[in-house]
Amino acid sequence: MKSDENKNRNIVILSLLVLMAVGFLIRIAVMQFSGIYVDIAEGNAFYHRIIYAPRGAIKDRNGKLLVYNQKSYDLLVTMKVLDELASKGTPIDTDGLCAMLGETRSQIERRFANVKNYGHNPGYSPLTPQRFMTQLSPEEYARVSENIRKFRGFAIQSRTLRNYNYPSAAHILGSIGEVNQQQLEEDNFYHLGDYIGVTGIEYSYEKDLRGVNGEEILLRDARGRIQGRYRNGVEDKQAIPGKNLISTLDIDLQMFAEKLLDGKRGSVVAIEPSTGEVLALVSNPSWNPEFLVGRKRGVYYPILINEKTRPLLNRAIQGRYSPGSTFKLLQALVCQQEGGITADTRFPCNGPSSSPIKCTHHHGSPVTLLNAIEQSCNPYFWLAYKATIEKGCYVNHRFSHEIFHNNYNRWRDAMMSFGLGFAFSDSDIPGLKDGAIGSERTYNKIYGPKGWRALTIRSNSIGQGEVEVTPIQLANAVACIANSGWFITPHINRNDSMLTRRHQSNVDSRYFAIVQEGMWRVCHFGTGRHYQVPGIEMCGKTGTVQNSHGDDHSIFVGYAPYDDPKIAIAVVVENAGFGATWANPIASLCIERYLTGACSRQELYDNIASTVKDPNVKQFDDYINSLQ
Amino acid sequence: MASDFNALKYLDKLTVLFYALLVVFGCMNIYSASITPDQASIFDVSCHSGMQIVWVVFSIIVAIVILFFDDNFFNQFAPILYGAMILILIATIFLSRDINGSRSWLSFGSFSIQPAEFAKFVTALALARYVGRQGFWIHTLSDYAKAVAIIILPMLIIVFQKETGTALVFASFVLLLYREGMTGLVPLLGFLAVFVFVVTVRLADDFLFGIAGTPAGIGYSLITVFFIQIVFLLHFRRDAFNALILSGVFLFVVVVSVLINLFLVQFNIVYVLLAINFASAIYLLVLSFFRWQRTYWLIALFVVLSTGYVFSSGYIFESILQPHQQKRIKVNLGMVDDPKGIGYNTRQAAIAIGSGRLFGKGYLNGTQTRLKYVPEQHTDFIFCTVGEEWGFVGCFFLITVYTLLMWRIIVMAERAESHFVRAYAYGVLGIFAFHFFVNIGMVIGIVPVIGIPLPFISYGGSSFLGFTCMLAVLLKLDTKREERLKGKLDTFLN
Repeated sequence: MKSDENKNRNIVILSLLVLMAVGFLIRIAVMQFSGIYVDIAEGNAFYHRIIYAPRGAIKDRNGKLLVYNQKSYDLLVTMKVLDELASKGTPIDTDGLCAMLGETRSQIERRFANVKNYGHNPGYSPLTPQRFMTQLSPEEYARVSENIRKFRGFAIQSRTLRNYNYPSAAHILGSIGEVNQQQLEEDNFYHLGDYIGVTGIEYSYEKDLRGVNGEEILLRDARGRIQGRYRNGVEDKQAIPGKNLISTLDIDLQMFAEKLLDGKRGSVVAIEPSTGEVLALVSNPSWNPEFLVGRKRGVYYPILINEKTRPLLNRAIQGRYSPGSTFKLLQALVCQQEGGITADTRFPCNGPSSSPIKCTHHHGSPVTLLNAIEQSCNPYFWLAYKATIEKGCYVNHRFSHEIFHNNYNRWRDAMMSFGLGFAFSDSDIPGLKDGAIGSERTYNKIYGPKGWRALTIRSNSIGQGEVEVTPIQLANAVACIANSGWFITPHINRNDSMLTRRHQSNVDSRYFAIVQEGMWRVCHFGTGRHYQVPGIEMCGKTGTVQNSHGDDHSIFVGYAPYDDPKIAIAVVVENAGFGATWANPIASLCIERYLTGACSRQELYDNIASTVKDPNVKQFDDYINSLQ
Repeated sequence: MASDFNALKYLDKLTVLFYALLVVFGCMNIYSASITPDQASIFDVSCHSGMQIVWVVFSIIVAIVILFFDDNFFNQFAPILYGAMILILIATIFLSRDINGSRSWLSFGSFSIQPAEFAKFVTALALARYVGRQGFWIHTLSDYAKAVAIIILPMLIIVFQKETGTALVFASFVLLLYREGMTGLVPLLGFLAVFVFVVTVRLADDFLFGIAGTPAGIGYSLITVFFIQIVFLLHFRRDAFNALILSGVFLFVVVVSVLINLFLVQFNIVYVLLAINFASAIYLLVLSFFRWQRTYWLIALFVVLSTGYVFSSGYIFESILQPHQQKRIKVNLGMVDDPKGIGYNTRQAAIAIGSGRLFGKGYLNGTQTRLKYVPEQHTDFIFCTVGEEWGFVGCFFLITVYTLLMWRIIVMAERAESHFVRAYAYGVLGIFAFHFFVNIGMVIGIVPVIGIPLPFISYGGSSFLGFTCMLAVLLKLDTKREERLKGKLDTFLN
């Protein structure tokens, strides 16, 4: 071979080849180490199918099943399959779909639009099945499962819905509804169309009841078809079922009380004094909890929300009422504690001609504390109140506003130590509303710092004026009296004893005996004597509360038995008249029902249960029950 | 028979090793990329991997037969093989059934081959024989033209078969010619042509210096042509004086034009650039006349032709290329985004490779591969499987083995004792390098999608047999030298 002047060109060529190889490796390294393709690859190939955890059941205190699960079926659609069919010139048979689902063409089109709308369905992907129609009725399910093979791209998914054994306790059990946008964003547990506790126990114990959803990882090929499980299901996660919740409710008592409130607006709250457990939480008007399950929800919810008797208002925890005469029990305690009166203090009463507050009852004068409770003497409690908050206010014959304000605040604090005023902050009952006890600031604002004295705010002395309570606060205050000075925050979960939430009132336990005796006397000789529970020593206090909405509210608080309180109760019947006429017998019947499990006064029960005090409530009940 | 045994004995062991590594790795990846649920094993001949193994066994038998051929057979029969191949290629156009517009397959019952795959091999032999013959002088226009004709003839026929990708492979013989003394200007100008084409097309809708009405693509290309002329002037004539004058005039005119555009009237600066380029060409012609230097004349010719090319590349793109080719180029240049259409393959390939990370997802565990996200994954897009299942480590392995194989080819070429063998080796190297560059470059998204296989890895019997024959012939030719060395040593020792 002749000499080769191009000999070094092999170096050039080899260099170019090595350069090419290095260039490739750099490019590949950038692709593989940037990590951006990993998620895309998984999103392409993995279809994460949720295995829904069965939601925990809810039972009553005696183990009776209140809320459990029921299978329900959703219709899912995979848009990509439909698009492919359409591009092949064989689009789905929309008319057939309409016939199968029993909907009009425009309804079906709206459903498609909603599925594809990212605003409405933020988790939308054309590759994965999306919820097209939720909770098929049994007839729809039968029709769809029969015909679904004709509609490629559609599938049925089963889920569980809530079912109820008793048409009762709708307010406190609460309901579940589809998650909203905000909840979806806050908690990635949820996906569009999932259910979440919206009210009541379902809301409070959402995290316990919902359990942990499992996940099945499926492989999806380039055409969106499922090709089996990823690594034979090794990485699948089993669903962990939600915990069952044993509530403190006694469903028999609850239903019994609900029946008694038929045709009336009002509420019953029953609490076990020794534990703070809520035995019954009734608000009427109410509804069958089944009405808010699944697609029925769409029909019934608007009715409930627009109803003028306001059934969605849980009156037992959200209704604010003046406690009226029932407040005198607390007055008796606080006035003793603050030194305004002693057990032996007597005040004169001029009956209806008393001033500034009339007495509505006729009795002897002067009255003792015990008699005053029994007879519900207004002048006595006005004078006791005045003596307490104006105690020691005259210094050198001049009225000391400083001492007065101080006294007033002590009085108010003592009242609030019974759970009045602000709602319980440590209760598991959702939606509690505040009550009110007029504050120093409120009065200063209205009258000026030196513009008010006991006389100005005299209405408070007999539970009117700026004193407002919710029925649950009232029941709790009575439980506190029954316990001689302490209470455990009312709650609905029996699994949690809430012993750490024991609250001591500001009133010394030695002041309670006389009030308890007074309550006993009310039920034996006073306003409550007509509705004694046979064989049970019941204590109580009636209240007849003036209000701006019409007839007086009928209120009764009480507990029983006298020597070993097992139930404390507060009953409010709105605009029904005397406390002794309506609230008292209801409380009496409930106490008997709870303590003996029976109802010995059937005639009284029937009479009350059938009495309509508010025709609108009756009308609403009839209407909503007729829709089924 | 003694020399026949020697052929096996003196084989380049490293080349055989790299070949074996690639083939085994290739079959494993074909199995992974094409596995079906009812496939019994990798050897199941009703499936791609089994079929490929059949071809591998057949090809190795052919390769062994090649090793037993006479040393001079390939050199002597190259023209005959070439002639026969041309006839077969032409015949194929008429005999082949139309498969997606392509007329390149010859069917024998259920068995079909693609003659174009063997045309590369035979053309390499024929070209090597022509270049390696006594008295070949590449700087002679007739010799050069004949060499180019040997390349162009099969290329054109294959274009008529509508196998553009395979036809493009013949451009790789530039490497052979370059090694055999062709001026480096040819590949350089080739590169420049591609560069100008890309810039012109890519920036066709942008504006030069932000001046409305002046397309940036043509503008930049004309400026590039002008300054390459200056570089030539400095490199070939060392004429710094005229280079300086031309550059000065150029800069002055361009700056003035831009200023006029910005402050007075707007006009298309492309015409100014065009005028300058032609003016400088005329200036160089004048110089060539006065100084009697051919180089000036050639540079002037370069300027005129290049300028014409710049103006015609837009036309070539719009008119000569078919719409799907235009679209592929546009997608590759990032001018249009088309994740569902043409860009789908490239995007899915990137996802598959990118999700492999350092160690990959494990053999047979690539989700993108198994779920068929990348079409044609067992053939042209086989590299995706490597990237996804073997990760960067696998890619590094494959690219390294490939580069080492090409290095061995250069080693064999450089130690060859005849022009023929050296030229043939560089022909083979060019073919391998082109396939390697275009295939992997396409899969990782830096080259337009051109459907050519990755040698020894991609599924495909004809191409596998073709590549194996090329390598086997080179190994055989290489043993000749080894034998001779051994003979010399024996003589010396005795």
